Amino acid sequence: MSKETDHSIEHHIQTYVRVFIALGVLTVITVAVSYLEVSFIEAFFLAITIATIKGSLVLGFFMHLISEKKAIIWMLAATLVAFLILMFIPLIWHTDSTGIY
Amino acid sequence: MSNIPYILEDRPDTGLNNSKLGIWIFLASEVMLFGGLFSAYVFLRIAAPEGDFDKWGSKLNVPMATFNTMVLITSSVTMVMSWASLKLQQFDKYKMYLGITILCALAFLVVKYFEYTSKFEANVYPSSSTFMGIYFTLTGLHVLHIIGGLFVLIYFWTKQADKMWEENQDLLANRIEITGLYWHFVDLVWIFLFPILYLL
Repeated sequence: MSKETDHSIEHHIQTYVRVFIALGVLTVITVAVSYLEVSFIEAFFLAITIATIKGSLVLGFFMHLISEKKAIIWMLAATLVAFLILMFIPLIWHTDSTGIY
Repeated sequence: MSNIPYILEDRPDTGLNNSKLGIWIFLASEVMLFGGLFSAYVFLRIAAPEGDFDKWGSKLNVPMATFNTMVLITSSVTMVMSWASLKLQQFDKYKMYLGITILCALAFLVVKYFEYTSKFEANVYPSSSTFMGIYFTLTGLHVLHIIGGLFVLIYFWTKQADKMWEENQDLLANRIEITGLYWHFVDLVWIFLFPILYLL
C-alpha cells in the first residue's frame, strides 16, 4: 500500500466495513455450526474452513496483502510451507505409531 | 528520528521500506511460534484419552469467548480506520478510532481476567489437565501479545502522536500501518484459537 489518493482510501473504508460485517456473520456461523450433531472430524474441518475464510479476509483486506509487494507474498508462502510441515509432524507421528498400541 | 534510511521510502533492492519488511519478518516468526503450539495441541489431542479434551473443553465459557471474538474484530476494523483517517488528514478521527481500539483491547483483557479467575475459583489450573495446560499456554501467550500491543497503541494515542503528526505526517501514518499489521495478526491468531479451544 503506498501513495493512495483520498478517493482510493474512501473506497478502502467501504471495503473495511463490509469485511467487518462478514467477520461478524462468520463468527455467528462458527458458533452455530458447533451445535450441529456431526463427527469430530467434520466439526474440525467446518471450524477450520470458516476460520481460514475469516483469516483470509483479515490478511487480504485489513493487512492489505491483496495489494502487497511480491517479496512479502513469497516470504509468507515460505512461512506457510514451514507452518504446514510443523502441523503435519503430529500426523506423521500418529501414522507411524498406528499398530504399535 | 527520520534520519534512519529507508524507514519511509522503499529500498531499491527489496522494493519495500525497512519498517514493513521488518514487521512481516517478525510476524513470520510469530506464525512459527504459535504454529509450534498449535502443533503441540494436535499432538496432545491425538494422544489424550478419548473424551478427555471434550470434558475439559466443556468447562470453558463460550459466550464470553464469542464476545471477545467480536471485540477483537471490532478493534481490528477501528485500527485500520485509524490508519485510513491519517491518510485522509483527519487527525481527530484517527484519535477517536485509535481510542476505540484501546478500549476494545482493555475490554478483551477484562473479559479474559473474569474467565481466568472463574477457572481458578473452581480450582481449575494449568496443571489440572492436559487440555487446561495447553489452553492456558495458548491463551496466556495471546494475552501477552494483547498487552504488548496495548502499550504501543497507548503510546500512539498520547501527545507523542500529536508531536509526530506536526513534525512528519507520513512517519506517523507509517508507524500506525506497522502497528496495525501487528494488531491484525493478534486478531488472526484469536480467529483460530477460538474454535479450536472453545468449540471443538
